[in-house]
Amino acid sequence: MIAILDYGSGNVRSAQRAFATSGMDVVITSDRAVALEAKGLVVPGVGAFAACMQGLNAVDGASIIRERISAERPVLGICIGMQILFSQGSEHAQNAPHTGVGIWDAEVSKLDAPILPHMGWNTVEAAESSDLLAGIEDQFFYFVHSYAAKQAVGQKQSWSTYGERFLAVVEDDYVSATQFHPEKSGDAGLALIKNWTKNL
Amino acid sequence: MTLSVRIIPCLDVTDGRVVKGVNFTNLVDAGDPVEMASVYGIEGADELTFLDISASVVGRETTLDVVRRTAEQVFIPLTVGGGIRSVQDVDRLLRAGADKISINTSAIARPELIAEIADRFGAQVLVLSVDARRARTESGFEVTTHGGREGTDIDALAWVEKACALGVGEILLNSMDADGTRAGYDIGMITAVRAVSKVPLIASGGAGTLSDFAAALDAGADALLAASVFHFGIHRISDVKNYLTSHNYPVRVTSPK
Repeated sequence: MIAILDYGSGNVRSAQRAFATSGMDVVITSDRAVALEAKGLVVPGVGAFAACMQGLNAVDGASIIRERISAERPVLGICIGMQILFSQGSEHAQNAPHTGVGIWDAEVSKLDAPILPHMGWNTVEAAESSDLLAGIEDQFFYFVHSYAAKQAVGQKQSWSTYGERFLAVVEDDYVSATQFHPEKSGDAGLALIKNWTKNL
Repeated sequence: MTLSVRIIPCLDVTDGRVVKGVNFTNLVDAGDPVEMASVYGIEGADELTFLDISASVVGRETTLDVVRRTAEQVFIPLTVGGGIRSVQDVDRLLRAGADKISINTSAIARPELIAEIADRFGAQVLVLSVDARRARTESGFEVTTHGGREGTDIDALAWVEKACALGVGEILLNSMDADGTRAGYDIGMITAVRAVSKVPLIASGGAGTLSDFAAALDAGADALLAASVFHFGIHRISDVKNYLTSHNYPVRVTSPK
C-alpha cells in the first residue's frame, strides 16, 4: 500500500488516482501509524513553503518522514513536498529563511527568471543511474514553481533549467523527490510513478 | 532544456455537458466533457480548461462531478473557471481535482478575492481571466464582463498590473474582438499585456490558421488557448504542434503509444 500524506495541501485526489495506476492500493491519510507502515509514503505539496511546513507540523509529518527514512522505508516528495525536505526555504521569508524538515542541507530559493512561476512542460538532464527516470530520460514533465534548490544534495541528481539550473529530481537511498508533478505529467509521469513503486 | 509552449483546448461546460459548437469525430458522445478531455489528453493537449457557464447551483454541482471524473482519468493539468466567488468555491474545485482555477467577474467586483485565494492556496493555482476589447481607455484596451457584452471602463493594462500585485499566478487574456472570428489572436493586445506582466500569459480568442499560433508566441504569449478550431476539427493539436516544431518553437512531443 502507498500512503499519500494528507496535510491540507490542495489536489491530492489526482495524485491518488495517478499512483493507483501502478496497481497498488493508495490511501490518503494523516494517520501516523498508517503513514509509517505503508510501503511507500508520498509527500505532496501545493502552496507556500511556510504554509506547507505548518500543515506538515500539524500532522507530525516531519517526524513521520524522518522515522521512515531511518527505518529504510521509501518516501517520495513532490513539488513543495520536495522543497520542505530541505533545511531552509526563503519563500515569503522576512529575515531568516523558514526551517524545513532538513533531510538535505541546502536552501530552496527563488528562481532567477524573468517570468515566474516556471509553469509548464520541461525536460530534465537525467542522472545516468537514475532509477526514477529510467526509460523516460528524454520526456517532458509538468512544473509549477517559483522556488527551487540549486545545490547538489543526495546520491543522484537530475537537473532542469529555467532561468538557471535547479534540482529537478533527487534520489538518495530511501528518500527521493521531484520538483515537477509526476501525477500531472501524462504518460511520462505515470512511468516515473511506476519506476518508484516497483522498487518499494 | 527549454520550457515548452502550451497548447490548451478550452471546453465550455453547462449542466455537465459541453456546449457551444462541438463537432468531434471518433467520439461516442461529443457532448461529454470527460470523454472530450480524455481525447484531447491523448492527442497531446498540454493542459485542459473547463469554463463552467452553468446558470444554476445545480449546474455548478454537476461541474464538480465532471471535474472529479476528469481528474480520475486525465493526468495533465486542469483549470476550471466560471462562477467562482469565494475561497470556499476554490477549495471545493481543488478538492474535486482541479489544479488551477480562473476568476474574472468576481475579481473585478472584489479585487481582494485575488489575495485571499493566493494567500490560502498559492498564486500558482490562480489564473486571472481578462476579457478585454479595444476601447477608448488609457491603454486602448478595456476590461469587459458577461462574455464581452458589458464594458467596465476599467483599463485592461491597469487591471492586469493591479491583479499581478495582488497575487495571480497566470493571466488568460481573451480578446473579445477576436473571439470566434478565427481571424487571428489580437497581437497588439498580447504585446501590451506582456509588457506589463511577469507571470505566464495565455493568449485566447481568434485562433484560425496555424501561423496565428506562432504570431501569438512571437508577441509574448507562453501558452495558446483555443476552442472552436479544435472542437470542429479544423486543426488537431498535433497539427499545431507539428507546425510550431517545424518553425523552431519548443513544444512537448509525446511518444506514440
